[in-house]
Amino acid sequence: MKPYLEDYAVINPDSEREVAEILADDPEVIPLAGGTDLFVSLKNGVLPPSAFLNMKSCPDFEKEPELTDSELILEPLTTISDVRYDEDANRFRLLYEACKNLSVISIQNLATWAGNVANASPCANGAAALMAYDATLELAGVEGTREVKLTQFYRGYKELKMEKEEYIRRIKVPRPEPGWKEYYRDVGPREYQAISKTLLAGRIQLGRGEEVNDVRLVAGSVYPHTLKLRQTEDYLRGRELTEETIDAACEKLQEEIQPVDDVRSNRQYRRRVTENMLREFLQESRPL
Amino acid sequence: MSSQRFSFQKLRKIGKLSENKKCHQKIWPDGGLKMSEPAVKPGEREQAEEKERLEFVGKSLTRREGVPKVKGEAEYVDDIQPEDCLYGRTIRSPEPRGKIKNIEFKDGIPWDEFVIAYPQDIPGENICAMIKNEIPFLAEDEVKYPGEPIALIAHKDERLVDKAIEHVEVEIEIDGYPAFFTIDEAREADFSQYGEDNVLCAYDITDGDVDAGFAEADLIVENTYRTQAQEHLYIEPNGVIATYDESGKITIKGSLQCPYYVHGAMVHMFDVDEDSVRVIQTTTGGAFGGKEDYPSLLAGHAALLSMKAGGRTVKMVYNREEDLLATTKRHPSLTTAKAGFTEEGELVALDVDFALNGGAYPTLTSTVLSRGILHSFGPYRCPNADLRAKAYMTNSTPFAAFRGFGAPQSIFAIELLMNEAAHELGLDPAELRRRNFLQKGDSMPTGQVIKEDIDLEALMDRALEKIDYEAKKKEFSRFNRENEYRKKGISLATFFHGSGFTGKGEEELASRAAVRITEENPLEILVANVEYGQGIHTGFTQIASETCKLPPHCVEVLEQDTDKVPDSGPTVASRSTMIVGRLVQDACQAIVEELQEKAGLSENFDADDFQEAADRYLENYGELRKEVQHEDPPDARWDEETYTGSAYSGYAWSCDVAEVEVDLVDYRTRITNFVSTVEAGRLINPEMAEAQIEGGVVQAIGFSLYENVIMEEGVMKNNQYADYIIPTAADVPEVDVEFLQFPYDNYGPYFAKGIGELPFDGPAPAIAGAVADALDGLFVTKVPLLPETLLDALEARDEAKL
Amino acid sequence: MKEPVKEQTVELTVNGDNYEINVHPLKRLLDVLREDLKLTGTKEGCGEGECGACTIHFDGEPALACMIPVCQADGAEITTIEGLSSDGRLSLVQEAFHQEGGTQCGICTPGMIMSATYYIDNPDSAENMREALAGNQCRCTGYKRIFDSVEEAFKNK
Repeated sequence: MKPYLEDYAVINPDSEREVAEILADDPEVIPLAGGTDLFVSLKNGVLPPSAFLNMKSCPDFEKEPELTDSELILEPLTTISDVRYDEDANRFRLLYEACKNLSVISIQNLATWAGNVANASPCANGAAALMAYDATLELAGVEGTREVKLTQFYRGYKELKMEKEEYIRRIKVPRPEPGWKEYYRDVGPREYQAISKTLLAGRIQLGRGEEVNDVRLVAGSVYPHTLKLRQTEDYLRGRELTEETIDAACEKLQEEIQPVDDVRSNRQYRRRVTENMLREFLQESRPL
Repeated sequence: MSSQRFSFQKLRKIGKLSENKKCHQKIWPDGGLKMSEPAVKPGEREQAEEKERLEFVGKSLTRREGVPKVKGEAEYVDDIQPEDCLYGRTIRSPEPRGKIKNIEFKDGIPWDEFVIAYPQDIPGENICAMIKNEIPFLAEDEVKYPGEPIALIAHKDERLVDKAIEHVEVEIEIDGYPAFFTIDEAREADFSQYGEDNVLCAYDITDGDVDAGFAEADLIVENTYRTQAQEHLYIEPNGVIATYDESGKITIKGSLQCPYYVHGAMVHMFDVDEDSVRVIQTTTGGAFGGKEDYPSLLAGHAALLSMKAGGRTVKMVYNREEDLLATTKRHPSLTTAKAGFTEEGELVALDVDFALNGGAYPTLTSTVLSRGILHSFGPYRCPNADLRAKAYMTNSTPFAAFRGFGAPQSIFAIELLMNEAAHELGLDPAELRRRNFLQKGDSMPTGQVIKEDIDLEALMDRALEKIDYEAKKKEFSRFNRENEYRKKGISLATFFHGSGFTGKGEEELASRAAVRITEENPLEILVANVEYGQGIHTGFTQIASETCKLPPHCVEVLEQDTDKVPDSGPTVASRSTMIVGRLVQDACQAIVEELQEKAGLSENFDADDFQEAADRYLENYGELRKEVQHEDPPDARWDEETYTGSAYSGYAWSCDVAEVEVDLVDYRTRITNFVSTVEAGRLINPEMAEAQIEGGVVQAIGFSLYENVIMEEGVMKNNQYADYIIPTAADVPEVDVEFLQFPYDNYGPYFAKGIGELPFDGPAPAIAGAVADALDGLFVTKVPLLPETLLDALEARDEAKL
Repeated sequence: MKEPVKEQTVELTVNGDNYEINVHPLKRLLDVLREDLKLTGTKEGCGEGECGACTIHFDGEPALACMIPVCQADGAEITTIEGLSSDGRLSLVQEAFHQEGGTQCGICTPGMIMSATYYIDNPDSAENMREALAGNQCRCTGYKRIFDSVEEAFKNK
């Protein structure tokens, strides 16, 4: 249905400072970046009469990602495509995989990374890849800026560790060290243009003795938010990837995730497939 | 009368785009077409000779309405933006069953600005005329399904209407009105909502002695098959624009398949004479049966609002959520099929119990059930058969037409049963079929004798050859041994599809088509059958061109406007080419004969001769119009009581072979290859015929693996486009289609048969068979075969092993 | 500090023509094209960014018009299906779709052609043709003749 526009308004800020001031003045104002969820939410009637803050009109906000010696910086208006086609940015393999799995190209051209993180869908592709890289969010408001690790950003379903007066100013992705194997698999009902039923992003580094030096595991669509699989990670660190270890890691996985039944899939499928993906990743990571 | 409207010189320049004519054609040389060599049969030489003589039929003309479509200029109903029109929305029942107590119009909306229509406003009968006149336009007292229309609102602000509909609360008393939603529930219910036992209609076909047959059998295979509802998901939703003007004329424009169905429904609803209603089809963005009868209901709603609004035009175009929620879908089915074989694999007995969920009101359900049972026995000789079909009424959103119309459901059962039987017998599924195929002279359980010289073995062998069946089987065996998480399989289905209405249906329809010579156009075709991408307008053009020897750009197909064209019947049932095309051919022939009789047209004539004769006729007599009415071929006898005789005047035949890869990490099935061989008589336009198969197969792949209508308490729960999964360009194989020809012996124009629905019948059982082949005989008898369903089946099998 | 507005003057260039319109800032670009500019070639199939029927070129890249509020199109350069044949002749891709049977009912065609047009000019923008067209759903063709059409257009470039 076409939303009744009179119930909604837009503010077109002129500067970064204005953005902070507007949000401080009325925390109910909703920042609008890529907008790819806007009309879906309006159609579903989940948005009460609101004002939207048009981040795209702010000239202080950049679009192009920047790669420094230590990190990749994503700006408030950096779109999925901006990373996908940028030769510096798409070297972050998990980010690149997330780009390709996120909807379709005509959406990737509009959707932003900041929006993907802030919208906090449990199925988010972008957030999962960023989390696997230990990304940090730079939040801004009238008080100034502060940093929050993405792994600590989600408290519950659409509950963010961010005040309403704040917004995501930058996303910083540390350059990974060499020697990590990476894995990204998004399971949906078809190849593209699908909301994920379950997703796993993983990175693993083996030591000299073939034990797991370090590991990152992030699951999507199986918890009220994008989930760092802490217990499974902790279990794996220091262990060799034997069949027993992999089996035990899968048990830890099952304890951590909380998949649900919904119109897209059911919990039994999500459990089994997430486990299959973890197995696939760990088996592939074993030294030959 | 001037004869300067076109000169003879222009006619000779075939291929030139004329400014006044809408069609742009390019004639392809015969060599570039995919018409395969016919099976080696008598009559081949005759066929080849005849092919030489045809100039337009059998060529792949480009689509006559293609240019506006690629330019974005084709006008669909939502593109029409009438000045000063109102937008309508429907107030619907929140409950599956109950008594309407109250409609509350809540605060926050300027209701005094709205037009509101109630069932009491209907001047004629509050019944949407369809096969059984039982569907109300608006529920008056009781509701029978969730989402049933109760009242209507309209306002000139489209967005305000959408907001307003959220501010209406309908109170339904549900105490004392128990509801049920599925076939199982309808059978088990201890009360009836329809007739004695919730059964709308039932059919029985018996042949031979089924008990004796089973007694003789060495192997009996039995299983239960379930198919879910399926949504058409035409990319253009349902929509109409209606005006009931001060003079009492009702004009409907809309996205529809059957202008005269809508016409009849409006005449009945408003109790007016036939000339007071005018229905015009707008360019239709996909239909597949979802715009066969539903538009009559929608048109009634819009027209009623227009009447209530004092004649202002009302536009009602459903948004996607409403279309998914409220419009009709494919009937869910539940089939129990049992077959008996000798140890050599000869089919000796078949027992089929076929049930459909009809939803809350009878739409076309009785005909769907009919077609279902008439396609339930496969293309096989079977001396003993007992086939029973029943349609149940439930409190679900009504189910209605969808390409295939009962056949995909029943064919899923018989063909998958054949694959299972082959597995049990230790025979290759192709070999099992080979031993049982019908031939000329055999009869179907209905008693219909195969009079065509069919060669189903050749049809199947060609498909197997194209996909390299034997080599693939060996390769997959080895692949499956070597791969733990990926499994490959291959299997097939063989099937037929009858063209036209069942039994005496076409005679009862009494379709009429006309052809006309006028001042403006050298030749005009007047039919009610609509073009929605299947190519029939181009096909009719070619038929007319061939009969009158005129190049296609001289043939006009008039707009589907009930003021202008006769009732040539609905655009459904794979009938347009065969039944209506034949009428066009006959009408053209009548024109030719009249010109020969009255205007000196010679026995052998060319385009110029025809034009000269036409000009002479126009000068002396005025316009020439010939109208022809359908008559069944003389041998078409059908007994409605015993359900025996000629069920259909023509059958098209096909073999589908599907190759799959199953991923055991995510349990998804990917189709890696798909071949379809088809016999459909002469192809009027080979490329468009091939395109019908390609498109139908992909829709059926959606049916088999992806599309899941989650019915909960009678209504589609996942009514969001994002939550109804159809294949995209990245999900489908390139379907390899090849046509064969048996010696022509059918009623159609230039021996053409219907083809639109045929491709829908084969993929589901072929794919399920291939999955079973990949997974050591795991036959999942459910459609759709979702990854979740496959996982369930694998786990159940693992548990059973323990 | 800026106030929330329910009306905004937006400047757009569509198919080479400049427009200035006063609309609600959240009016979908799709509705602005169809209702205000009367360019009805861009279609609505779902209204939720899933079917691709509303695909246009936005600042040179494929984007979905049903997803863009017009306040974010201020100053943008937009091409719609109408813009491809503005000199009266069919574009390469349009001609290919017509000749190769890439269009049947036609409702997905404008969006499909917009995606295909971009892809043949930017073949590196997607893994392959299937991905390039995955955002445009077709219910009629089974996609095969759409692939044929795109390949034909590419060959004739």
